[in-house]
Amino acid sequence: MILGAGTGGTLTANRLRRLYGDSAEITVIDRDDHHIYQPGLLFVPFGLADTGEIVRPRHAQIHDGIEFRVAEVDRVETADNVVHLAGGETIGYDVLVIATGAALLPEETEGLTGPGWEKTVFTFYTLEGATALRDALRTFDRGRLVVNMIDLPIKCPVAPLEFCFLADWYLRERGVRQDVELVYATPLDGAFTKPIASGRLAGLLEQKGVILETEFATGQVDGENGRLVSWDEREIPFDLLVTIPLHGGAAFIARSPGLGDELGFVTTDTATLQSKAAPNVFAIGDATNVPTSKAGSVTHFEAETLIENISRFLDGRELTGSFDGHANCFIETGFHKALLIDFNYDVEPLPGRFPEPHVGPLPLLKESRLNHLAKLAFQSIYWHVLLPGRDMPGISSHLQLAGKDTDLIAEQGAPR
Amino acid sequence: MTPSTLTGVPVQRDPEGFFADPNQWTEEMADEIARENGVDELTDRHWIVIRFMRNAYLENGSAPSIRTLGKVSGVPIKELYQLFPKGPAKLAAKIAGIPKPRGCI
Repeated sequence: MILGAGTGGTLTANRLRRLYGDSAEITVIDRDDHHIYQPGLLFVPFGLADTGEIVRPRHAQIHDGIEFRVAEVDRVETADNVVHLAGGETIGYDVLVIATGAALLPEETEGLTGPGWEKTVFTFYTLEGATALRDALRTFDRGRLVVNMIDLPIKCPVAPLEFCFLADWYLRERGVRQDVELVYATPLDGAFTKPIASGRLAGLLEQKGVILETEFATGQVDGENGRLVSWDEREIPFDLLVTIPLHGGAAFIARSPGLGDELGFVTTDTATLQSKAAPNVFAIGDATNVPTSKAGSVTHFEAETLIENISRFLDGRELTGSFDGHANCFIETGFHKALLIDFNYDVEPLPGRFPEPHVGPLPLLKESRLNHLAKLAFQSIYWHVLLPGRDMPGISSHLQLAGKDTDLIAEQGAPR
Repeated sequence: MTPSTLTGVPVQRDPEGFFADPNQWTEEMADEIARENGVDELTDRHWIVIRFMRNAYLENGSAPSIRTLGKVSGVPIKELYQLFPKGPAKLAAKIAGIPKPRGCI
């Protein structure tokens, strides 16, 4: 039984179907039938992606022989191996995979959905939000544009930076950049969490004239007067606010005894992806609490460990602790260029070449046109290779140190 | 520079002042670390947070975020910022003698 038919649920179902054929009964449940290619949301506000292109039916991504149902989950009782659906129906399982992603919680921040919401306050983390923001940006030609991540964890932690870079490009293209003050406000003490990448990304922000406000922990959004107020009573005025709301796990997780942490993410073993709640419950992707990025690449790399461990569990064998926190993210920087970062639990993003050590062709932690083209090409790979559960030649699920400039770690101190 | 002794006992701290080994920390050191960081007096409310941070770290191997502190410690976020100005999770971790909370990414 798989809850969630996004990246993790779909690819897990398809790989299990290939592995087991008719000898396993696979059911996938989701609350709706719209699969969104979430990396595409970043491009919508700038008119660079058509909303029709990034949404497809979930059922069409799921192979024949797998049951797909649209239903709302009320809770999971892991002690009884039962999923309770809203409306009272119950379904038993032998193995459960939770792949229900992360939910946006704008209502958890005072004032965020109050006056100004979707007039001067937007998020591009939903399709509706990204579309409304596109319309607002079209006529925005002077004033202060503030991009604010309220707190981690968020999906795709580089997306707010990408939004800044693309906004700089977009406003320049429209000839109004000189009349717009662009600000990135973050609760972190730098542009990003990992020191070497943080330094390079802060340099790019500066180069593009984006003002970086650090250690700004938003406590309140005052849409009426156009200001962000931090918990320690600093203020940042805005004319247009692009917010990344707080994230939490799917609501049913909090209703399921012992399943999640205080934010509603499934407490999950960082190496085996087995849930701490029960041995026959696993989690993948944004739904877990493992300390790595919430990103499609992570989900893809986790799938290898997850499928192996489901199979070991069913055979009564010991699980493998092979997941290393590997993440791989393109960072769009505007003007048809992008950076690429590759990291895991222990090794922060470093300069080098990817995927083939020393050869590439993609440069790491460095702007290039090729990275931008690869980011665009990935959309097709997502639908046709990743979701169907096919292998991607040359891409390892584990981080490769070869071809990376590891001397930089020594300068920074030991890897964390 | 961060002094290398607290309450007369030598301790190892990183350049930012976080303990490398939480076992070197004693409750008596907390007042001295607090004063180094501009917190003159540790009240009972401070201690709720300090003990919560330390226990959470010793139990899970990672320090809780401000959001988690606000939800679970019993001290609301607004007050956390009054007790531990600027970065409550970081400052409380420093005073509690545990490593720097890593922004989970």
